[in-house]
Amino acid sequence: MAGLIIAESAIFTIFVVAYLFYLGKSITGPTPSEVLETPILYTICLLSSSLTIHLAAKSLERNYIRLFLGFWLLTIALGGLFLYGTAQEWHRLIYEHGLTISTNLFGTTYYSLVGLHGFHVTAGLIMLVIVALLGLSGRVGVKQSGRVAVLSMYWHFVDAVWVVVFTVVYVLGR
Amino acid sequence: MSMLKMKSSMLRFSLRTILLLFWSAMAVWASEPKGSSPHGTNIFAPASTPAKSIADLSIFVLVITGIIFVVVFALLIYSVVKFRGRAKDAGREPAQVYGSAQIEMAWTIIPILIVVVLFLATARVIHAIQDAAEPAGAVEVTVIGHQYWWEFRYPRLGVVTANELHIPVSDASHPTPTFLQLLSADTDHSFWVPELAGKTDLIPNHPNRMWMDPQRTGVFLGQCAQYCGTQHAKMLLRVSVDGPAEFAAWVRAQQKTSVEEAGAIAGRRVFEHNACMNCHAVGGTPADGRFGPDLTHLMSRATIAAGAAENTHDNLRLWIQNPSAIKPGSLMPAMKLSDADLDAVVGYMETLN
Amino acid sequence: MASDAITVPVGQIKARPWVDELHQWLTTVDHKRLGILYIVSSLLFLGFGGVEALVIRIQLMHSHNNFVSPEVFNRMFTMHGTTMIFFVAMPILFGFANYLVPLMIGARDMAFPRLNAFSFWLSFLGGLLLYFSFLGGSGLYGAGSAPDVGWWSYAPLGARAFSPGHSSDYWTLALLVSGFGSIGTAINIIATILCLRCPGMKINRMPLLVWMNLVMAGMVLLAITPLSAAQIMLLIDRYLGGHFFDTQAGGSAVLWMHFFWIFGHPEVYVLIIPCFAFMSEIIPVFSRKPIFGYPVMVAATVCIAFVSMSVWAHHMFTIGMNSYANSFFTLTTMAVGVPTGIKIFNWIGTMWGGRIQFKTPMLFSIAFLFQFLIAGLTGIMMAASPFDWQLSLSYFVVAHFHYVIVGGILFALFAAFYYWYPKMTGRMLSERLGKWHFWLFLIGFHLTFDVMHVPGVLGMPRRIYTYEPGRGWDTLNLIISIGAFIQALAILVFVANLVISYFQGARAGNDPWDAWTLEWSTSSPPPAYNFATVPTVASRRPLWDRKHPEDPDSRYE
Repeated sequence: MAGLIIAESAIFTIFVVAYLFYLGKSITGPTPSEVLETPILYTICLLSSSLTIHLAAKSLERNYIRLFLGFWLLTIALGGLFLYGTAQEWHRLIYEHGLTISTNLFGTTYYSLVGLHGFHVTAGLIMLVIVALLGLSGRVGVKQSGRVAVLSMYWHFVDAVWVVVFTVVYVLGR
Repeated sequence: MSMLKMKSSMLRFSLRTILLLFWSAMAVWASEPKGSSPHGTNIFAPASTPAKSIADLSIFVLVITGIIFVVVFALLIYSVVKFRGRAKDAGREPAQVYGSAQIEMAWTIIPILIVVVLFLATARVIHAIQDAAEPAGAVEVTVIGHQYWWEFRYPRLGVVTANELHIPVSDASHPTPTFLQLLSADTDHSFWVPELAGKTDLIPNHPNRMWMDPQRTGVFLGQCAQYCGTQHAKMLLRVSVDGPAEFAAWVRAQQKTSVEEAGAIAGRRVFEHNACMNCHAVGGTPADGRFGPDLTHLMSRATIAAGAAENTHDNLRLWIQNPSAIKPGSLMPAMKLSDADLDAVVGYMETLN
Repeated sequence: MASDAITVPVGQIKARPWVDELHQWLTTVDHKRLGILYIVSSLLFLGFGGVEALVIRIQLMHSHNNFVSPEVFNRMFTMHGTTMIFFVAMPILFGFANYLVPLMIGARDMAFPRLNAFSFWLSFLGGLLLYFSFLGGSGLYGAGSAPDVGWWSYAPLGARAFSPGHSSDYWTLALLVSGFGSIGTAINIIATILCLRCPGMKINRMPLLVWMNLVMAGMVLLAITPLSAAQIMLLIDRYLGGHFFDTQAGGSAVLWMHFFWIFGHPEVYVLIIPCFAFMSEIIPVFSRKPIFGYPVMVAATVCIAFVSMSVWAHHMFTIGMNSYANSFFTLTTMAVGVPTGIKIFNWIGTMWGGRIQFKTPMLFSIAFLFQFLIAGLTGIMMAASPFDWQLSLSYFVVAHFHYVIVGGILFALFAAFYYWYPKMTGRMLSERLGKWHFWLFLIGFHLTFDVMHVPGVLGMPRRIYTYEPGRGWDTLNLIISIGAFIQALAILVFVANLVISYFQGARAGNDPWDAWTLEWSTSSPPPAYNFATVPTVASRRPLWDRKHPEDPDSRYE
């Protein structure tokens, strides 16, 4: 998983570089400061999901299966909320401000970077849901805590990437 | 017995390689251009300051790398010959040596020093060429790369031409270098006339700058060096370095717009009615297209289609009739003119001096 | 010496029906079989890439030739480069790594056998996708719509506007898919080396091949991914209307170049470092001495890996970077020559004082040293950016990198073939055919690639389907083309050797070369489980210790 995280970090780095390089270079169209609203609530959701998944993994190690499931499902809920928030923001950007991936350089780099991250969140959520289903049918126990730990590493990575994306897009970029 | 064969065949192989390299070097030296025909494209026959600085630096680098090669090659050959296994050694292993800190130190420090020397020599030339200031007497040319031809504009002189560049010779006492601004209308290209300068790319949305100050008159050849599509190979360059009087005369001739000639009216009608003017410009007429080369002084050029063919009546006719016959993949469409129209328009072209 | 394998008497093994055998090969997760699959599929693509090269050379035999149209020629050089780098060199090196790494560290398989299989099939699929481009689109007539944008697909040439149709997409998708396969294999190699070494094999007792594959895998993670990212961006541009490299919308063609070469330069080190690995195993055995300066070799390799991440823009010296950027990349590029040179000296140091045996693997290794030296020196020449302003994009560069890839990588691969084929198949390759292969290939190689430097110096750019007479390039190109055919002949001899020796080669036994690393302690070919009992090692050359109990390496490390 560490290897995968290193590789994925490199991919995200390239998208971040492209985003930063093209800041202020759009010839037309809406600019970041005109249309972006800082998604504080959904960021809190995602970052706290890191906490809940950590607690879930720890509970599993100690064989508190019920607690593990509770925290795990909470993680899924928080991750799902984050994706909902992203979807809402994109809806607003596309329909109220006319910003799409083909509008200008900002549109291209914004949707690519945030979209790539969202894609990784989605993939993570799918894996979390699979584990949830396995857990609800009683197939997850202490013996699987190693694998659950690896999956939660992936989830922490996704959150860490969001910290970077958030900073670059919503803080620096405006 | 086989060891002996191995040794002599090693020697033969080394000799063969050395001879090959020597012969190649001769080929380089032997390709000096002669008298009045166009100069060659040999990077070691520089005719301009940037090309000369590069050639001088290159000789220096070649000498250093040559010495490194000779030393290491000698060590390699020596070890292969001296330490080859002999039949009488079978079954015994040689002394098992694991390494030596001093030797490692030596062959780390020396290469580092070589790198430092090479780098300093190189950095000087980089700055001398790239950061050269533009003197007052410089000629300015804007080069715009197209698929598959070169547009040349002289903003201060009001000249627009294509594919064949005319620049003045520059002498040390009164330098008149030519500074080129390099732009592109479509994809990436590269301006390379080896005897005048190193190449610089033409990249859309990324203006570049280069200069040259040829010290000999004559025609210098080159071509596009960055793959730009189907006819990249036929995007040739022809730089005519003229003496001061010839250059001034050329500029004056280029600044004139075309003169209406009675015999060419029919051809001009064909030209204007057949969408030629959508792409081409002829000064002094309504034709003002920028997609293709400016044709105002077409007959002052030695070649057509960016060097793909000589500028003769037959080639011109064939080109207009069917560009793919000369340069398949060129972006000029065949206009499907009747023979009469074709002859008329060629006649008109031939009046554009 | 007793073998570490449990052998079953021959009479007790029943022959399997061929359908079963095929099924076994298609569904295998055994690192040895996957290694062989990688190697065999690479040889297939080597054939395709070689044919493309011969088409190029026939067309360029003399000026204004008409053997193929410009469109076909442009597809040929694009496919040749893409095939050779991504579907020959990378997979064949992954194949050898797959085969050898677990054996050399005393493990039973790679850390993730199913990921291993998945990665192989992804890579193979990528190759098929690339070649499907010949059939897709306009079909076989006129060589279909294979990509023709060069193997770098520079922007904006790769954009929809300049490459309509799907040829560029085949290129992008094929590389994206096989890129993911490469990342999977790299993760596998790292996990295997870090976690599955046998008892006693501390990290500084691993064979150099293992070290170098570890470094290579780490580089793959950081090098392939920028290309994947750039290709995703290109797809967004081509299909979703994005503007990453759309110069009309303010996008930057230079950004593509940066992203491509941030991949492209470390990539060539990814290719050469496993070849350094082969040399570091083969040269000691045929000099009958341990590698000279093991710790320095490790340090130099790691150093190369780091420094090579900082040199990429030496492929961009002509694009108009400012003088400070050009100077920086000149310095780093020259600097990376230092650890590389150190390795050459160490290999010569290994041979020094030894008792050299001129078997075929060693012949190829000595030629490697000679050729890699020259290739490195022409690289130093081009590191001097002003010199590069003349040499870049010319046949000098083409000569340089073929010197590295053919003269270096391919020669090292041939050495590896002759050295490890006995282990993989249980049979020795014919020495006689091997020497024919060697001398033919050597002559053809030098005829082509020594001479090829000259047209570059005489102003011949690359990627041109024809050239003008009277520039002094005609005779040189003819000689280059003749050399190409000689090399093709040599390859045929090699393939004949591979096939004939499989059926008629002398039986190899466990350890035909009297070597010192763990793979030689088991049978040839090894059983599926590699070792009956997991070995314990006490030094860098465990078999030397076993064969020379009176003077083991462990005393000196």
